[in-house]
Amino acid sequence: MPTLEMTLNGKLLSVEIKPGDLLADVLRDKLGLIGTKIACGEGECGACTVLVDGEAVTSCIYPAMKVHGREVFTIEGLSEGRELHPIQAAFAAHAAAQCGYCTPGFIMAAKALLDQNPNPTREEIKQAISGNLCRCTGYYQIVDAVEDAAERMRGEG
Amino acid sequence: MWQKYLFPATVQEALEMLTAHPGESQIIAGGTDLVLQSKRGQCPATVIVDITRIPGLDFIVERDGFIAIGCQATHAQIAASPLVRERAEVLASACGSVGGPATRNVGTLVGNVVNALPAADGAVALFALDAEVEVADANGRHWMPIAELYAGVGQCVLDPCAQMVTTIRFRPLKPGQASACQRLANRKALALPTLAVGTVVGVKEGMCDMVRISVGPVAPIPFRAREAEATLLGQPPMSEAIAHAAELAEQAAQPRDSLLRGSSDYRQAMVGVLVRRALTEAVAKAEGR
Repeated sequence: MPTLEMTLNGKLLSVEIKPGDLLADVLRDKLGLIGTKIACGEGECGACTVLVDGEAVTSCIYPAMKVHGREVFTIEGLSEGRELHPIQAAFAAHAAAQCGYCTPGFIMAAKALLDQNPNPTREEIKQAISGNLCRCTGYYQIVDAVEDAAERMRGEG
Repeated sequence: MWQKYLFPATVQEALEMLTAHPGESQIIAGGTDLVLQSKRGQCPATVIVDITRIPGLDFIVERDGFIAIGCQATHAQIAASPLVRERAEVLASACGSVGGPATRNVGTLVGNVVNALPAADGAVALFALDAEVEVADANGRHWMPIAELYAGVGQCVLDPCAQMVTTIRFRPLKPGQASACQRLANRKALALPTLAVGTVVGVKEGMCDMVRISVGPVAPIPFRAREAEATLLGQPPMSEAIAHAAELAEQAAQPRDSLLRGSSDYRQAMVGVLVRRALTEAVAKAEGR
């Protein structure tokens, strides 16, 4: 079995995987990081979104071997202890979650956006989360939350 | 699912890895199609050759009079490329409408082409741009017109265990030429096209001196509406002439009834609408309006 080495949420680690393992399965089943959700399993809904070298990818269809030697960031890497990341805090403040299953994916898609564009328009926010589906909340609160998170991260919130 | 996952360092090494496992090997780039095909048991490959770490294949450049795009270039990179946006807008728009952002970050234009689906947005744009692809195999490298890659729905003529596409190229649009695309889909994002249309038009001294119209999916491969192109060529691009060309494109298209995409009758009627809109937009841009 190949050994996969990656930097996961800032820590270097190695894990034995099979050549066909997908990143979402490695994160959830081998590393116990079940914050990353699998919903459609086909890269169509965004629930499994994580960052690889800063870019959003759908981990349910992303071969784990591809992250060898690279940096992976998941929802578990956001908070500092019990201190929520500004994006998480904004999602809570705007009630931007209901069942919560899609929420980690939305938050990671928002992080990919805000890391590259600290002051996005509402249209740019909608574009950035256009690959994420929510079947209960609706999207307004989520867009509001990302907009608020951008202000908080710029130190204006 | 897979037995081996290999990272070649050169195109030569990739080809050697492929040919060392006849009947079992397959290239992966972004994998957004291949992983699904493997999951569904639709792809027999067990030896996966990942070309994304070969240095120097992610280029999007102008050289030798062409825009050349390497086989690692993703939809997101192409959609954001100033060169493509300025000189081949139809392709930038098409790449920007594939899947969602995460798919575009990973999926490649070459993958879009070699998967050979007639609905692929990027491929429809490349047909309108009259693109060529460079194929590498044991005999060296050669260029072929993009249409010759297609053997049928989802079928590429290349041998997945011996050949790979390294580059796509096409002529950049010049002053007096412009492109436009039109897309019909169930949602604005994350939806396969019900119909996709690409047009490239050149206008010189009040006459159309270049017309290319591509449509997908209305045939087993992306479809060039040649009769519609011919009727507009040499004519002033007035609205009547554009409407006539759109009508010919509509008559020539043969969309299937599809539970996913809609009835044949509806989609055929929409071909005319979308071609007329795309031609009108491209002509206006070509005339600098």
